[in-house]
Amino acid sequence: MAPRTPKRRSGPSRGPVVLVATRKGAWIFRADGSRRSWRTDGPHFLGQVFHHLVLDPRDGRTLLAAASTGHLGPTIFRSSDLGRSWKEATRPPAFPKAGEGEKGRAVGHVFWLTPGHPSQPGTWYAGTSPHGLFRSGDGGESWEPVSGLNDDPRYREWMGGPQDGTPDGPKLHSVIVDPRDPAHLYLGMSSGGVHESVDEGRTWQPMVQGMQVVDGFDPATITFHDPHCVRISPANPDRLYQQNHCGIYRLDRPATTWVRIGKAMPRSVGDIGFPMVVHPREADRAWVFPMDGTSVWPRTSPGGRPAVYGTSNGGRTWRRLDGGLPKRDAWWTVKRQAMASDAGDPVGLYVGTTSGELWASRDEGRRFTCIASHLPEIYAVECGEPAR
Amino acid sequence: MMVLIPSPLHSYTGRAEVEAEGATLDEVLRDLDRRHPGLRFRIVDEQDRMRPHVRFFVDGEQVFDLGQRLEADQSVQIVQALSGG
Repeated sequence: MAPRTPKRRSGPSRGPVVLVATRKGAWIFRADGSRRSWRTDGPHFLGQVFHHLVLDPRDGRTLLAAASTGHLGPTIFRSSDLGRSWKEATRPPAFPKAGEGEKGRAVGHVFWLTPGHPSQPGTWYAGTSPHGLFRSGDGGESWEPVSGLNDDPRYREWMGGPQDGTPDGPKLHSVIVDPRDPAHLYLGMSSGGVHESVDEGRTWQPMVQGMQVVDGFDPATITFHDPHCVRISPANPDRLYQQNHCGIYRLDRPATTWVRIGKAMPRSVGDIGFPMVVHPREADRAWVFPMDGTSVWPRTSPGGRPAVYGTSNGGRTWRRLDGGLPKRDAWWTVKRQAMASDAGDPVGLYVGTTSGELWASRDEGRRFTCIASHLPEIYAVECGEPAR
Repeated sequence: MMVLIPSPLHSYTGRAEVEAEGATLDEVLRDLDRRHPGLRFRIVDEQDRMRPHVRFFVDGEQVFDLGQRLEADQSVQIVQALSGG
């Protein structure tokens, strides 16, 4: 029986926190129980580049932040009191020193943070640019490379170099821990495929069957596969969803072939985008934020009309959800980490734009309101339930 | 010797000029890190390469080698060549 995400009913007390990581610092938005009123806490670390800010669901008060600063090297900041105070990691993620004559890798920035399994308090995973996977066993204080991935010769080939991947470097993202089994992991690599480990990261296998690649390229070449965001259903951890450079997919394990459910999206909108969000309690429900993937790939809202698209049947059909969003002339880009849900009933959805606006829906996407504007470029939006 | 610290690193040192000891630039940076933990990794990567856009000067002369030998009466200046918006 899969563990269930606890349902939080609306009430007069405290609501969720929404954690916003931007190119110029971090903000924490704290809701009341009704999620109608939001209190702004920030900026934290103004001027520092924050790629991800995540609340540890195991204690409801520990925050980890992936940061870099101007041209300084990357680091991790940790707060054990929901952002009131911060402490830097003593040993941030770093590749091992290369041997004589070898070309060594250096972490450019930490891109993705994932809390470990509930049975392993203090365990965290970090994905980096260039591609690298790191693990902490002490709450983010010190980090070790996951050699089973980083040093596997096959993976070294698939990871590519600085000229591959996204403009500011290839990303290792979507690190997923199966809620039923701490040894069962998934991850995605921009221009590097989706991969699975069943032995806590000691060995990995590609899982790209059924995924399409850009026309004219060979899908048998792992490096041509470009997952943008992979999510597991908390309600049914055998179900995975994926927003890819080439469409939206679903995979029901133990099957190993992804099914392109984005084919059911309206042709005028397409099924290209970056983020994907899955309902915390219903495996058939998920949301995407489509972007224009035609011609030169503007990666803005198709037609300048931003919308979330939601499915309630595992991707067989999709429904446009744009209540409250601008109806025209809004050329939004939403990055792969910049859409999130809370555990409320109904579920709250949160979308952060590169133009610095944070939009929220209290009713699973039917109507959105802007809860913050004029922020710096938003890189990531996460949601968490703070400890009482 | 005195080491001039750029403002993005003042969160480690608390001030713009600090003391550090060492016979080479590398030793000075390692001593700085002992006194101000975490500072070195922000300016030198895990392969012991100076990070891009961070510049090191000794008595006003730019140096590119962490093995550069230093005299006790010299001073080190670290500069972040900040660029972009």
